[in-house]
Amino acid sequence: MGYNTVVEDGIDILVAGAGMAGTGAAFEARYWGKDKKVVIAEKANIDRSGAVAQGLYAINCYMGTRFGENNPEDHVRYARIDLMGMVREDLLFDMARHVDSAVHQFEEWGLPLMRNPKTGTYQREGRWQIMIHGESYKPIVAEAAKKSADKIFNRICLTHLLMDESKENRVAGAVGFNVRTGDYHVFKSKTVVCAAGGASNIYKPRSVGEGAGRVWYAPWSSGSAYGLLIGAGAKMTQMENRIVLARFKDGYGPVGAYFLHLKTYTKN
Amino acid sequence: MPTFVYMTRCDGCGHCVDICPSDIMHIDTTTRRAYNIEPNMCWECYSCVKACPHNAIDVRGYADFAPLGHSVRVIRDEEKGVIAWRIKFRNGKKDMNLLAPITTKPWGEHIPELANEAAPSSDMKDSQLLFNEPKYIRMDEGGIHTLESNGLKMKEGVYY
Repeated sequence: MGYNTVVEDGIDILVAGAGMAGTGAAFEARYWGKDKKVVIAEKANIDRSGAVAQGLYAINCYMGTRFGENNPEDHVRYARIDLMGMVREDLLFDMARHVDSAVHQFEEWGLPLMRNPKTGTYQREGRWQIMIHGESYKPIVAEAAKKSADKIFNRICLTHLLMDESKENRVAGAVGFNVRTGDYHVFKSKTVVCAAGGASNIYKPRSVGEGAGRVWYAPWSSGSAYGLLIGAGAKMTQMENRIVLARFKDGYGPVGAYFLHLKTYTKN
Repeated sequence: MPTFVYMTRCDGCGHCVDICPSDIMHIDTTTRRAYNIEPNMCWECYSCVKACPHNAIDVRGYADFAPLGHSVRVIRDEEKGVIAWRIKFRNGKKDMNLLAPITTKPWGEHIPELANEAAPSSDMKDSQLLFNEPKYIRMDEGGIHTLESNGLKMKEGVYY
């Protein structure tokens, strides 16, 4: 069986990886880039891909500025203290100042957010979390991406970014392969939004065999976000703090949830 | 707790193959039925279970400690906007029917077709705001979602 080489040329904005971030980026790109050619390349099927494939029952970060709950600067202060000062405050602030409008749009698109019956504010679980009925969180956002993108390539795993020959330090596309057919795909693009995932299973879990897949972060997250960008010469920032979620064997929640809700403690 | 397929219900339609984010639901070339090729990489995300039109896929306990006998069935209906779960314990002590909304609006209809929206002005392009901002940050146009209407007051600084 021979493998084909499939070339997609003339792309203006290529979205590499279409989880929540990538699908959202494709939507936003369509607005700002009106008649530009927006193309998505995704390793799975964008309807159920990324870390929110199975649904998510909370939005873990929501300021609630409209209800007078928090301002973006409060979030920066909180995260700075939580991570002992090792934070890029500009990135934190940027995320915090845009997150509310994204959540409000999700509600408009049909995502069921729970509300506090007394105050009418979104139901909180903690200072930053709000509760949602999130079974279709990803399909709803994927629907927005499908309406926005010119072309969607499912089952394409991107492996390398292409550098521009004529301009130094400029990315001009990406290459990858179809995980089903093995076909080689070349995307030539003016800009690339890298929205690929992080990495799971870096440390070997204590769960073995069939339990191995039951990690907190999706087992299919192969670290493309790091691999693609390091390969292209990008500088990694914010790598001082990594989240490593220990899980009790056969118990599914991250241990933090266990401690929080059941007021337990552990002993080595 | 990886997925498994009831061979008698599966007709090999491939919906699960199409949706599985881990790419581990495949069609057996001999029996022409779907099966989980690599239970170790199954996240139990239920994407295939929900996608199966014949309810042929279920999720089992780990082979080393949980015998079969329980069942988790699910029907997801985008038109009605709900997801219905039926969870049966192996010892028969619990049989739960759970219902949850998946959307509050007709599926996909309220997502704007951005190609038809007015093009952003060059002023907007130079700003740091995203689509629908700043309006959507506060949502207080027309006084529907104001602090006042929610019985709240703006406070300063950090508070818990």
